[in-house]
Amino acid sequence: MRPFIYEQPTDISAAVALASNFTTRDDQPTRANAQFIAGGTNLADYMKLGVAEPNRLLDLNRLEEQKLRQIRVTEDGIRFGALVRMGEAADHREVKARYPVIADSLRLAASGQIRNMASLAGNVLQRTRCEYFRETSWACNKRVPGSGCAAMDGFNRQHAVLGGSDACIATYHGDFAQALIALDAVVHAEGSRGARKIPFAKLHRQPGDTPHIETDLAADEIVTAIEVPALPWARRSLYLKIRDRESYAFALASAAVALDLDGETVREARIALGGVATVPWRASVAEDALQGKKLDEASAGAAADAAFAEAQPHQHNAFKIELGKRTLVRALLETRDMKV
Amino acid sequence: MDAAAPKPKENQGEPLPRVDARLKVTGQAHYPADLPTANIAYGALATSSIARGKVTKLRLDDARAVPGLLDIVTYGDMDKVDKPKFGNSSATSVGPLHDRTIFHDGQIIALAVAETFEAAEEAAQLIRAEYDEEKPTASFDSPGTKTVAAAGKSPMFKEDVKAGDFDAAFAAAAVKIDQRYSTPTQHHNPIELFSTTAYWQGDQLVVHEPSQNVTGWKVELARQLKMDPAKVRIVSPFIGGAFGSKGPMTPRTAIVAVAAKRLGRPVRCVTSRMQAFGTQTYRAETRHRIRIGAGKDGRITAFAHEGWEVTSRPDLYVVGGTSATGRMYGYGSVLTHVSLVQADRNTPGYMRSPPETPYVYALENAMDEMAATLGMDPVEFRRINEPKTEPIGKKPFSSRSLIQCYDQAAEAFGWAKRDPKVGAMRDGDWLVGMGCATAIYPTAVAPCAARVRLTIDGDVRLQCGSHEIGTGVRTVAGQMASERLGVAIDRISVEMGDSSLPPAPVSGGSISTASVCSAVLKACDAIRTKLYAAATAEGGPLAGSHNEDFDLADGKIVAKSGASAKVEDVLKTMQVGAIEEYAEFAPKGATPEALKKLYAGTPEFHGGDQDEDSVKYAFGAEFVEVRVNRYTREIRVPRIVGAFAAGRIMNTRTARSQLMGGMIWGIGQALHEATEVDRRYARYVNRDLQDYLVPVNADIKDLQVILVPEVDHAVNPAGVKGLGELGNVGTAAAVASAVYHATGKRIRDLPIRIEQLLV
Repeated sequence: MRPFIYEQPTDISAAVALASNFTTRDDQPTRANAQFIAGGTNLADYMKLGVAEPNRLLDLNRLEEQKLRQIRVTEDGIRFGALVRMGEAADHREVKARYPVIADSLRLAASGQIRNMASLAGNVLQRTRCEYFRETSWACNKRVPGSGCAAMDGFNRQHAVLGGSDACIATYHGDFAQALIALDAVVHAEGSRGARKIPFAKLHRQPGDTPHIETDLAADEIVTAIEVPALPWARRSLYLKIRDRESYAFALASAAVALDLDGETVREARIALGGVATVPWRASVAEDALQGKKLDEASAGAAADAAFAEAQPHQHNAFKIELGKRTLVRALLETRDMKV
Repeated sequence: MDAAAPKPKENQGEPLPRVDARLKVTGQAHYPADLPTANIAYGALATSSIARGKVTKLRLDDARAVPGLLDIVTYGDMDKVDKPKFGNSSATSVGPLHDRTIFHDGQIIALAVAETFEAAEEAAQLIRAEYDEEKPTASFDSPGTKTVAAAGKSPMFKEDVKAGDFDAAFAAAAVKIDQRYSTPTQHHNPIELFSTTAYWQGDQLVVHEPSQNVTGWKVELARQLKMDPAKVRIVSPFIGGAFGSKGPMTPRTAIVAVAAKRLGRPVRCVTSRMQAFGTQTYRAETRHRIRIGAGKDGRITAFAHEGWEVTSRPDLYVVGGTSATGRMYGYGSVLTHVSLVQADRNTPGYMRSPPETPYVYALENAMDEMAATLGMDPVEFRRINEPKTEPIGKKPFSSRSLIQCYDQAAEAFGWAKRDPKVGAMRDGDWLVGMGCATAIYPTAVAPCAARVRLTIDGDVRLQCGSHEIGTGVRTVAGQMASERLGVAIDRISVEMGDSSLPPAPVSGGSISTASVCSAVLKACDAIRTKLYAAATAEGGPLAGSHNEDFDLADGKIVAKSGASAKVEDVLKTMQVGAIEEYAEFAPKGATPEALKKLYAGTPEFHGGDQDEDSVKYAFGAEFVEVRVNRYTREIRVPRIVGAFAAGRIMNTRTARSQLMGGMIWGIGQALHEATEVDRRYARYVNRDLQDYLVPVNADIKDLQVILVPEVDHAVNPAGVKGLGELGNVGTAAAVASAVYHATGKRIRDLPIRIEQLLV
């Protein structure tokens, strides 16, 4: 592990100023000399492995703005401060009641210890766990642009079938992000060029030819809050996560689903898919396919087929297409049958 | 009594808590990398990123520039020491720094030593190798493998067992199956990482390293370093997860010792979890072809088991589980053959029940399949084929309680409620399946020495160079002394895990309890003899009472007549402060060389299939319930019941704990564990606990262990059959059996994963 300078700015503007001092406009946040750290559950790992090599860490845990640590429920929705820990949000009474899909997605992620440390903003910005990315002796376009992708023709059971490119098929492994993208969440960020709002769906970037560019953020921008708009019918929502063991494993496939039902007919559906795509994945085609339809195994199956119509399998992950579809069908039917 | 401390039945000892339990749960137990050492320097390994070729150049400048760097040990620096010699005490014959040839992925290319752990790690990461790379062979089916017959390649695997005319019997069988099974690569991932700490005191070398074989390592390390073994000491008081991984010494130990000598200060190297995949041993992938022929009555007339195991280029490591599978049931005829398939991989090694885990998995999965083919209940099928003598040498079993195990486990599990029809049992969206399988493990024993001292204050000091690998051997050895000397367990101190203590065999092959307790028994009985002689001698407190049956209890010698004398008073009449006995136990059938070999670190094993009079095995039966989701096909295991018979149980708490751990591992082997090999590069891909999955608490629900009473005086003086490796044998087959019952899908390749059930 390389030595690094560790700083603890005490408010957002100081943190931004520091970051701005030690980074340039073109720096990617994950490749910049100065990087922010909150829970450290992802970045510290990657620093030990030599995957991330910032020489300056800006610890956000001392920022004095209390809103960063608050969950605020209003008529407009719910606002999560960026430094709220996963565990706090998962256990929040109003979150559980109003947005079960959010609480589920957090509860089913990581382990209790990690949920107690990891911040919500850090969670959505977590980097892929692709084995070939994690270990510096492999070729990886995300880690070293232009070096190639060892996963493409290697062992790729956990890799993405949606949103991949010739340069990268690394899966986005987060769970919370699937709930957020389904609920049209908005990210608040502050940087040297001021404060702005980013629709959650625009936060992550598909790999394309530049898999090392992972988000829309600048290197000196701090996520300050995540806002989820009010959606009364999101009480009928859930997150279903299918994995190799019962806890503490990434999704092979997952589905975040919220349903507005008129009897058994779908007025509106929100669907996002996890474990199968390179970025948080909103399945709008599946939502459209269900609108106005009676929700049953057949219509759910048709929606799932639509969601995976563009899927691209590789040697070991072809099963994710079938599994992803079945996961969505099961999630839709279980959401339909929820007692709310 | 709670579930963790089962009430002892016949021939079972009290569930005493572990003597070191408090130390362990309060963090006071010092594991080898915790042992305090002053002025320590830290070492970190640099390893190869190719599996085959030569290192043409090593660039060390960046590493040398790291502040705090002290030394780099690499090519040329080990020339004055000998290469490792592959065998029981040494994991491989590859001396990684002796020449620049790369035999496998993750081979050691240098050791960076620095003032801090962080600097050592950084320097190691900055060491860059240039290679002359060759296309490596990854595994089965890769171009370039070399296949050789296993028989005779290892002292542990002498022959391919056979009996009768298999070909004729199979051809004539009314019902038959011919199937192939496989098990994946599996790597040890003990919570305690692998480590070596070495320091020199003059010309004496002390090594702190988690070890299951301190005596063997002392001798082998001395050989490599060209030293007198008496000047090498291996210290390993506690081990945080062994299971064979800390049985053979790896090349790192000598490298760290050399680094400590060069620097003139202690060096500690803790291997990262990723590096352990290439620098330690592992369970290689295996393949099996099994043919079973039977009459319509279910009697097996023909059994053939062919096995293929991957090993390295330089070393022919064999597990060869056909000795056990060939003796499991009353087959009419037996044919077996084991082959080794050499590839560009690190040398495999022992992992809990090395032969039985893969081979019995294949056999038991096939037995379940055969039962289904016959339309027979799988328990009944085993009952019908229960043998009177083992089929290979027609020897009796010293004891065999398999059917009792099946009966008791079936009863506790509720097997009678199982609807035999495949796919017939459901619970909402979950398909329910129930399955079972047999566990078997050979009962071996080896020579062992122990020293026991009884003091006039009533304290006992017990010393034995065995190893507390988490099994509770310290506790059961203390229990044996407590029982024989009539001293409460809290007055007994037990010292283990140090090569300066009386030698014990490697803690492998489930021999420790039997071997250690037999030696302790011998030492204690020698103390008893001295005490009785002194007590009954002229002037002694029990003078005149001859031909009495004595016992020791509560610090007193108690005669059958009721007369008693305090041990303290007997020692006073002897005018001694303590009686100390050094006992050397050699099992029945031991050769004249047996004790010499114990001191040389190459103890001979007896029992199992080796003895003339009988074959010796412990048995068990495991029953598993699985649930498979009807949509998404994930598999859950809500219930598992195992019943095991293993002779005398020294301590029902530690025995249950061992078997429970084995069953949990078995579930992991069935559903989770697999090392993925990138076949293009012969490199391991999922080298950490993020991607190398083992069961977590949520995966283990209702687990029940039944200890079936069994008495066997033939196995060893202690009457103990080892059970440390019994619990995870058969489990994976029981899970496969239950998955078949739930889904109708016969999965023959482990681990059983969602994708196999989606199609």
